[in-house]
Amino acid sequence: MAVPVETRRPSSPSRPPEGSRWTRDVIETKVFGILRWVVIAGLVLVTLFPFYYMFVLSIRPLDSLLRDPGSLVIPFGELDWGSYVSILTPQENGGQGFLKFMGNSALVALGTVLISLIVAIPGSYAISRLNFFGRRQVSGLFLAVYLFPSILLAIPLFTFFTRLGLRGQLVALLIVYVAQVIPVTIYMLRNYFDTIPTSLEEAAALDGCSRLGVLRRISLPLAMPAIISNGLFVFMIAWNEFLFALLFLVNTRPNWTVSLGLSQLAGSIEVPTTVLMAGSVILTLPIIIIFFAAERLLTEGLTAGAEKG
Amino acid sequence: MSSTKKDASAGPAASTAGPRGRRKLSPMAREEQRAGLTLLSPTLVLVLVMVVLPILWTLVLAFQRVRILNIRTAGIFGPYTIANFDNVFSSSFFTSLATTLAYSIFGTAGAIILGLIAALALRKPFKGRTLIRASMLIPYVAPIVAVTFTWSTMLDPQFGLVNYWGKRLFGWEESIPFLSERARDVSFLGLEFQLPTALIAVIVFEWWRSFPFAFLFLTARLNAVPDSLEEAARVDGATPIQRFNHIILPQLLPTMAMLSVLRFIWTFNSFDDIYLLTGGGGGTEVVAVTVFNYLTARGDIGAASAQALVLAVILGVFVGVYIKFFARKEEVS
Repeated sequence: MAVPVETRRPSSPSRPPEGSRWTRDVIETKVFGILRWVVIAGLVLVTLFPFYYMFVLSIRPLDSLLRDPGSLVIPFGELDWGSYVSILTPQENGGQGFLKFMGNSALVALGTVLISLIVAIPGSYAISRLNFFGRRQVSGLFLAVYLFPSILLAIPLFTFFTRLGLRGQLVALLIVYVAQVIPVTIYMLRNYFDTIPTSLEEAAALDGCSRLGVLRRISLPLAMPAIISNGLFVFMIAWNEFLFALLFLVNTRPNWTVSLGLSQLAGSIEVPTTVLMAGSVILTLPIIIIFFAAERLLTEGLTAGAEKG
Repeated sequence: MSSTKKDASAGPAASTAGPRGRRKLSPMAREEQRAGLTLLSPTLVLVLVMVVLPILWTLVLAFQRVRILNIRTAGIFGPYTIANFDNVFSSSFFTSLATTLAYSIFGTAGAIILGLIAALALRKPFKGRTLIRASMLIPYVAPIVAVTFTWSTMLDPQFGLVNYWGKRLFGWEESIPFLSERARDVSFLGLEFQLPTALIAVIVFEWWRSFPFAFLFLTARLNAVPDSLEEAARVDGATPIQRFNHIILPQLLPTMAMLSVLRFIWTFNSFDDIYLLTGGGGGTEVVAVTVFNYLTARGDIGAASAQALVLAVILGVFVGVYIKFFARKEEVS
């Protein structure tokens, strides 16, 4: 074991000489022991504080915010859920109509999940298991697509859908999202298929199962955790997406997604900050719920390739 | 892809099909060939039609005078021109390229360092670690529109929390417009210099937003470091810093290199964060925002395409580096 120990120091820290307890090792261990907790506390504060702030502002009345912008606790009597009512109420009743936007977002996101899984499951299985001409090239293509800028793609798609007259439609957004998430989906599922032992499939094949039968009865059930985590991940991507929603839907308010709605209303003076903060909470909440429900699945799926690297 | 593992996993067909040389000819292999392409074809068609073709079309658009107004009459074999590239090589493009580079380099470096610090601090188990680890990932998964909006509210000069407490605790004389100010004179230890306020603000946001990604990958890698190595070093008398320098860091370096390239590529492309925080104002206009403005505000599709193309070519180099050094290696091992 080639462990470099500083040889020029006569007193090895593992055998400290009598009387000198303050070796470098002891000091470092103590300092890092304390520093560790300081760092953890600092990081927790920094990561979570904006979300706390978002929530606090969403339940404060506007005049209280303007009077005392530095306050971080809400006096109990001041608690005000009016912002939520205002943001969720349909536009024709004087609200901002976020309920409708949430419906749009959910529709597009669920559609993206469904279509991308249907298309990508057989594809990733083929890339993982079957030996065919061009498999390497196809993998390279997907990786390149995954890493390339979406702004580059935005221009031709914007032009294309404008010419088709489909630009304000949710279905245009859906198609773009599916194309965008397919590389990630293929990558995550392929990594998972790689970990399933082939012997199970061989056994089924020997028993007379067809290729599709093997896929349906053996591989799919085994890959279910990966499929679910991938589905959730795709849902999060589609729910959070902003650029294409902005490009395609900005002129058709009834079709806005929540992200687009929030960003568009944030620019206007008529909508108070507290109401927009309620919108932010509403936009964020589904993602946080999904994330905590499936945290282990998601992080394992994301880092599937990392431990090998 | 072409690794030995792959060939082994293709076991059933390959072994029953006999020796390697004859494999391509055997009916079983041909059936596999067909099945593979059939299963993959929906994905392939979708990606070709919705991603590859459009990107090629951008190539054509970049050499045409296409504007929103004449979008319906522009053809594929249109009159070609290189006029669009005049825009690209104007000084403002190079300014935004420099901004993009500064943003990407500092954003990436800071996010990875923060991620490393977080991964090391949370390495040893303690009560509640799982929950803290999970919460640490929230900035990365939260919707970008919601978090940029919260940040711009926090940094607001009028009722923003940062300015409020800055004035009370640190004695700031006036509110700092973090997201719109181009530069600020600062004196530190008698030295006078200028800081690009808005650019620093968006870089700090980028750290906050993407350190969880580095944290996640470095934590996964740290878990794979065998305890015995460190234990041995400890017994031999290596101090914590020595153990980190000689045992942990060498094991993390490949992951950090991979993260650097990957995060750099993504930051280099990024549009949402800056567009939503500053709208490209205050000296934060990155190339993606320039392209977007050409496309929507000016309706100049040709010029937007030309700029996007130059961005893509620069990026192509980085993607090439990533694929050459990291993607293949990961697949082989």
